[in-house]
Amino acid sequence: MSETNNSGPMLAADGTPLKESLGRALRRQKIRGLALVAPLLLFVLLTFVIPIVSMLVRSVENQIVSDTIPGTVTALSNWDRQAGQTPPEEVFQKLFFDMFNAAEAKEHTKLGTRLNYENTGLASLFRTSGRSMDDIGEVFQDAIEDTDSRFEEGAFWYEMMSGAGGEAVIAERRARWESLTGDNMSGDIGFTLSQDVATMLPTTAAAYTDFAIWTAIEDSDVVAEEDPWEAVYAALAVDLRDPSRAAAVAGYGGPGAEALQALTAAEMPVLSFTDAFAELDDDWASPGVWQTIAVYSPNYTSGYFLNSVDRELTVDGVEARPDNERLYIKLFGRTLWMSLIITGSCILLGYPIAWLLANLPVRTANVLMILVLLPFWTSLLVRTSAWKVLLQQQGVINELLVWLGFVDDANRLILMNNSTGTIIAMTHILLPFMILPLYSVMKTVPPTYLRAAKSLGATNWTAFWRVYFPQSVPGIGAGSILVFILAIGYYITPEIVGGTDGVFISNRIAYHISRSLNWGLAAALGTILLVLVLALYWVYDQIVGIDNVKLGG
Amino acid sequence: MKYTKPILATMALGLSAGAVGADGHMASDMTLVSWGGAYQQSQINAYADPYVANNPGVTVTWDESSAEAVAKLRAMNEAGSITWDVVDVVAADALRLCDEGLALEIDADEVLAAAPDGTSASDDFGDLLVGDCFIPQIVYSTTFGYRTDLVPEGVDAPSNICDVFDLETYPGMRALEKRPINNVEWALLCDGVAKEDVYDVLATEEGQEQALAKLGTIRDSVIWWSAGADTPQLLADGEIFMGSTYNGRLFAAIEEQGQPIGMMWDAQVFDLDGWIIPEGLSDERLARALDFVKFATDTQRLADQAKYISYGPARLSSAPLVGKHETLGIDMAPHMPTDPNNAENTFLYNYEFWADYRDDIDAKFQAWLAQ
Repeated sequence: MSETNNSGPMLAADGTPLKESLGRALRRQKIRGLALVAPLLLFVLLTFVIPIVSMLVRSVENQIVSDTIPGTVTALSNWDRQAGQTPPEEVFQKLFFDMFNAAEAKEHTKLGTRLNYENTGLASLFRTSGRSMDDIGEVFQDAIEDTDSRFEEGAFWYEMMSGAGGEAVIAERRARWESLTGDNMSGDIGFTLSQDVATMLPTTAAAYTDFAIWTAIEDSDVVAEEDPWEAVYAALAVDLRDPSRAAAVAGYGGPGAEALQALTAAEMPVLSFTDAFAELDDDWASPGVWQTIAVYSPNYTSGYFLNSVDRELTVDGVEARPDNERLYIKLFGRTLWMSLIITGSCILLGYPIAWLLANLPVRTANVLMILVLLPFWTSLLVRTSAWKVLLQQQGVINELLVWLGFVDDANRLILMNNSTGTIIAMTHILLPFMILPLYSVMKTVPPTYLRAAKSLGATNWTAFWRVYFPQSVPGIGAGSILVFILAIGYYITPEIVGGTDGVFISNRIAYHISRSLNWGLAAALGTILLVLVLALYWVYDQIVGIDNVKLGG
Repeated sequence: MKYTKPILATMALGLSAGAVGADGHMASDMTLVSWGGAYQQSQINAYADPYVANNPGVTVTWDESSAEAVAKLRAMNEAGSITWDVVDVVAADALRLCDEGLALEIDADEVLAAAPDGTSASDDFGDLLVGDCFIPQIVYSTTFGYRTDLVPEGVDAPSNICDVFDLETYPGMRALEKRPINNVEWALLCDGVAKEDVYDVLATEEGQEQALAKLGTIRDSVIWWSAGADTPQLLADGEIFMGSTYNGRLFAAIEEQGQPIGMMWDAQVFDLDGWIIPEGLSDERLARALDFVKFATDTQRLADQAKYISYGPARLSSAPLVGKHETLGIDMAPHMPTDPNNAENTFLYNYEFWADYRDDIDAKFQAWLAQ
């Protein structure tokens, strides 16, 4: 090292300061280390974290209402939902235009399914009403076309609505279609809206733009050649009902002006949307339906979580569900309680076996070990079905007991299709998860300790209880955590042998995922289960201490 | 898109004419989804094998996922990748898939073959075209089987649905499906409600309670099943005296396995099973799927399926063509749920009602079971 550098920082062989060089080397090492675990991290993130998080988000998501009927939701925000009245005409009018678009995009039935979870009957109400939106619009269409037959032609409409300056309206309607359908709605639609018309006839401009976007992008047709939807006629009639808009039309000079002016003079049907909906289905005149829509109109809802704890969200706030619909708290309690029993019976059965495994001569222990592992390698379904054969009333166990005379033929034991069946089968299935950690901990306890205790005068029991048992506790802890957490999430075995009082909360989660398709509720139930497990883990850590858990060594 | 008259059942059409292209534009692979077991085998024998024989080079893959078809299609749709081409579902699931926009809307007359005598497909299938997306295949029924050797002495074999609720005359365990559908209808029927009023009564809170109360009278003697194979197994093992299941399962237990089981057809509930085509297939795959469905639901093919399993073909024109069982050689007509002798008193699954009430009544039913 040269003299001049003596006062400066220490240098590495290549001349860079040692500190920097060292830092670089460490950093390189860290990156290399990270690169090595990156595939696993990515795998865990993609297949585990993201799906779970997205599933959990579903438990509060509720955008479907405001995406499908945005105008109605906005109009409903001013409605007094407690008053027990149906909403004003304006809301029904918004509902008509929202439903018309939703029915075109076939989204109204999804909303019906969603709201049916909260208020029975809304599924068919939305399904049948969606089909009838055309009929309501047709009343206006007929009246308008009778007044002036030019309104029958798509080209006339196109000319009347076209112009410049209406880009903002088009962009807004595009965004609305996008949130309704989830599809990308960008692209040329071959139509530019006249700002003059948009100012004079805002409802008509919006309805026609909706029609134009859908026709050009979803149907890939030319807007000018297509006849507008019935909703466009209805929108025009709605606009002309407003005296100030009618006055603006009177002073208008653009394309189609005189046809519009003729309309203002003509007799238009005085159809009210409120009556039209009520005629479709009485339920629209029921405040209950509207209260459900209003209560579930926010983008995020606590409704699914409340359902999971046997409560419900109503106009008056959170209420307990009626007695005959309460289910989930009972199921959560049962799941926890039965998992505890299963864990307890696993300890009772597993401890002696693990002790034998750890203390028998190697050759015998190996045979025993294979006996423990053999069922472990057999399919879960096969083992559960085997228990069915054993436990049923005409099954092996009952036959044997009857043959031996312990049980009367007429009073055979009911060992399955109830909680007994679940406990027996799950204890057997989860036993290896108890035996293996116990065994690996017991293997490390030197046999000399027991001998030492006995030589100092301890009885067999004292030597076991004071010397051996405390050293095996970490194995019990590890086994219990494994068995308990696995048990809490079980559903195949309870489904097959559990009957009615032996099923777990997971069975309901599975039902809501695959049968009722109420994924929000399933997600809420799953989240609660996850939180319960984490809470119990925390309690366990506080009482036993997670450091005392050993899976081996 | 302009509807000029109210659309009741099967009018809307989501197909562009170009999709049904020439043969050269069809995909050569096709994934069919069904229920597995004897039913899927009957479809392979009657539809898929002849189709492949007519169209060499087409590979058919089967997926046994029909029980979870709705959930899986929804998940596929969210993931943006549909891997199924034609899916076998019950009509209620087809309605839900249609409601969710997951199944393609079908114009029966355009997509399906006409009957040999020229009757249009929509007339040939008639009322069985439920909803806008469903292509019916078979009529099956949920009905009861009983152990002939366990009928008490001096008593006639059960022949009335209310015998299920009569523990005094017919002691023994029963097996019922672990869901309210069918069970609550039977319960009301045996609690003095007239058949035509059943759904009006069930729509009310009191009616639902009445049904559960009636089920409560036999509750301690019921094993609740969730898989169609359970009841035949329970009957074979002598675990139960009588139980409900699909008529084809009972046919297999009685005729193919020779079990001492009798059929009780009273108040059997008809339901439909058929195809849907998922929404969002590429043009080539859609063309192949449509080509297959047209072939597989023609009059002869539907009649052929009845050679392998005792479910009734959904076409009127197929009924006269139903012959003998392929291996047993027995006449199949008397074993069809639609045979006049079996169909004296029947229900048809009420799709509209259950689409609305299934979640509500199921919640109450499950809470009742958990009590």
